[in-house]
Amino acid sequence: MTRDGIALEADLLGKTYGGRSRGWALRGCGFALPAGRVCALVGPNGAGKSTLLALAAGLLRPTEGTIQAPPREHLAYVAQDKPLHPRLSVADTLRMGRELNPGRWDETAAQRVMADELDPHTLVRDLSGGQRTRVALALALGKRAELLLLDEPMADLDPLARHQLMGLLMADAAEHGTTVVLSSHILTELEGACDHLLLLHGGKIRLDGAVDDLLAAHTLLRGPVADLAPHTVVESRTTGRQLTALIRHEGPIEGPWDTQEPSLEDLLLAHLRTTPEGVPA
Amino acid sequence: MVEYRIDRRSGVATYLQIVQQTKQALRMGLLEPGDRLPTAREVVESTAINPNTVLKAYRELEREGLVEARRGLGTFVRATLGTGPADSPLRGELTDWARRARAAGLDREDVSALFTSVLKEHFEGDDA
Repeated sequence: MTRDGIALEADLLGKTYGGRSRGWALRGCGFALPAGRVCALVGPNGAGKSTLLALAAGLLRPTEGTIQAPPREHLAYVAQDKPLHPRLSVADTLRMGRELNPGRWDETAAQRVMADELDPHTLVRDLSGGQRTRVALALALGKRAELLLLDEPMADLDPLARHQLMGLLMADAAEHGTTVVLSSHILTELEGACDHLLLLHGGKIRLDGAVDDLLAAHTLLRGPVADLAPHTVVESRTTGRQLTALIRHEGPIEGPWDTQEPSLEDLLLAHLRTTPEGVPA
Repeated sequence: MVEYRIDRRSGVATYLQIVQQTKQALRMGLLEPGDRLPTAREVVESTAINPNTVLKAYRELEREGLVEARRGLGTFVRATLGTGPADSPLRGELTDWARRARAAGLDREDVSALFTSVLKEHFEGDDA
């Protein structure tokens, strides 16, 4: 069980596949995701995003530490490869969703995702990647879960379907207060839709918080080369006499600098360009 | 009813785009007192933005006295926004100033840069 107001919480969470000597997919992860947030789980390939989602869904057991999520009947998880039964038709797949979730199933929500795009008699094995995504999302939204865990949900979709399905996810969050975690290595897919961010890099959490708070805590500055203390420098570059830096500011910024609030992309790229140890690569 | 168009590359915060587009609709008379703004669900379904962004924009409009939320019913327009009469003294002074700037040899971009910097100086912190 999770604490009140928290949809997903991890403490010193670690996972290794096949022995501690083989390296850690995740280690020392701690965060608490408030209920009702739409969280972007971002990071480069191999950062540990899928591992974290599978742990949250209860499909993997932590090697160390804990992760607390709602019980299985209250969460929906859509894995990256959208596992569905290949020999079932689309209609039978949805009927299975209805029968496995008695009393909770929301046919309207499921049908809204289907949007008459697919012939119900088509077998799952004959669907394209994007069509499978649509069926998997229909199952997830039909389940009326409190927490949706979606691993790279938009990867197979064309821009039109992506916009439509993202719109439906947001509408579901608006109407029911559903907590959503969406992973992606493409930030632009998620910018605007997410109000919370978890940045994973090298199996560790590098950034965690409400997007607005994270942006407000950082400043992009440009100006003459100088010591930036007491601010924390995330990344800095010097070209001739000009310094460009992204800092996490401690108190007001005083100096002859041009300052600007970074975009989410500025912030992520700066954090990703530094190695997990926090040393510029 | 208004429909919002979100430009992700504009560099303007999404909630501000909603605030600005609502104000624009009020100025143009597309929204009048008593009209209902779209629900958060309607806005996010068509724009795929975060619901809290819409609520933040509506709160800002409410704070400015332009709209009011009625529990269970939606958010309704309370006031109109005028651009100010065309012959107001302020406009007259600005017209004089623009004429002098031009006479002094400033071109359109110079004037715009000057105006923007003065705006920035005097309205620093007023987001909308």
